[in-house]
Amino acid sequence: MSVEIRDGKKILVTPISAEDLKDIKIGDIVYLSGSLTTCRDVAHRRVVEEGREIPVDVRNNAILHAGPIIRPLENDKFEMVSVGPTTSMRMEKFEYDFVKITGVRVIVGKGGMKENTSNACKDFGCIHCVIPAGNAVVAAVCVEEIVKAEWRDLGMPETLWNCRVKEFGPLIVSIDAQGRNYFEEKKIEYNKRKDEQVAEISKQVGFIK
Amino acid sequence: MNQVEKMTDMIAKFIGHTAKKLPDDVIAKLEELRAKEDSPMAKVIYDTMFRNQELAVKLNRPSCQDTGVLQFWVKCGTKFPLIDDLEALLKEAVIKATFETPLRHNSVETFDEYNTGKNVGKGTPTVFWDIVPHSDKCEIYTYMAGGGCTLPGHAMVLMPGEGYEGVTKFVLDRMTTYGLNACPPLLVGVGVATSVETAALLSKKALMRPIGSHNPNERAAKMEKLLEDGINAIGIGPQGMGGKYTVMGVNIENTARHPSAIGVAVNVGCWSHRRGHIIFDKDLNCEVLSHSGVKF
Repeated sequence: MSVEIRDGKKILVTPISAEDLKDIKIGDIVYLSGSLTTCRDVAHRRVVEEGREIPVDVRNNAILHAGPIIRPLENDKFEMVSVGPTTSMRMEKFEYDFVKITGVRVIVGKGGMKENTSNACKDFGCIHCVIPAGNAVVAAVCVEEIVKAEWRDLGMPETLWNCRVKEFGPLIVSIDAQGRNYFEEKKIEYNKRKDEQVAEISKQVGFIK
Repeated sequence: MNQVEKMTDMIAKFIGHTAKKLPDDVIAKLEELRAKEDSPMAKVIYDTMFRNQELAVKLNRPSCQDTGVLQFWVKCGTKFPLIDDLEALLKEAVIKATFETPLRHNSVETFDEYNTGKNVGKGTPTVFWDIVPHSDKCEIYTYMAGGGCTLPGHAMVLMPGEGYEGVTKFVLDRMTTYGLNACPPLLVGVGVATSVETAALLSKKALMRPIGSHNPNERAAKMEKLLEDGINAIGIGPQGMGGKYTVMGVNIENTARHPSAIGVAVNVGCWSHRRGHIIFDKDLNCEVLSHSGVKF
């Protein structure tokens, strides 16, 4: 069983199956324990465009769109100093194929994503969550160990930092495995109210006469 | 230690401090907005934000992993003794702060496309100069321009027929397309001038103004308030997930314009608005205006 409830928190524990995700809905708050790997722009490009094999096994595990601050320790070990999500939308272009190829189950990032990702979530059984961004120390203290670091040639932000995490979160589900998309649904409301506000403000700023 | 080394050290320390602790005005505004939100999701988000800021100080770590590209807006007196050394020492201070704080390596050389690993590169940190005649002081705004809140940045030139109504639409459109991903509640900087670069620079300078300050022009101040209330009414909320307050404020900076053009630009700061403001006198005695309790 990969879903545990502890102190009222719903915790996903890797490895995670598609079955584990079926009762999770957009707007739910969950936590993650187990294998989480930072993975962002160039790593996505390498997997999808260059067809390279990802050197960390993320199948049934989680990735985090993030570029952390790492402090090197002795014996090729590292400390997670600060880690928080980066704008997920930058990975949207690659995410359908990325999920298909790698079998990742949980994508954590910042802000919304679009159809490529929601289709992947629906077709392959995956969810996208946001961790409130800018909270890099809250997230870093959930990292118990950096297990390995791959594609180090990409530099500190873009290296694949494979972490063992404990109750990493809060994670707010923004795309569920049915393909519902919290941000896209919200955007319809936001745009409607924006148009009303533009009309309202425009009545009061006719300074050029 | 000579004066150049002394100032380098002080700036490096100050940069490190701004990575770990937000300016007083930002903390006060976030506390105010936190108290006014009542949805469970907004509360979870604000609780996380405040716990994070406490942990950052307690564990002495940068509160956000994206410590940005460093930008300095310098108002330097022509008689300030270190004026000749200033740009080089700011670069040196960034390198020093990068290793001491530590900061993330955020300088990628363009075209050659490699990360320099030092957080500095060709033209980074960015230094915006204002020369102040007959002064021996040096006033510096430090800013960590993170990727997330840099993305919504946008400038264009409107035709005068589009008017301030066009400016309104330009700013609000940016909020619902890019703003919600840029870590709201945001501080929104708007520049109104002639061309893209004059408007853009003003929009960044607007972000250096304290939260709650107003443009001295009555109409511009009115527009700040209209935009602030209007963006809040869209309901984007903390992290773009819905809530009553989307912005910490809207600051407009302006100049005169060509009669045929309205240059407009928008720049946003995220909730983790890491702005510093420090003034040095000729002997390097300094006063920190943005953060209380900084010791050198």
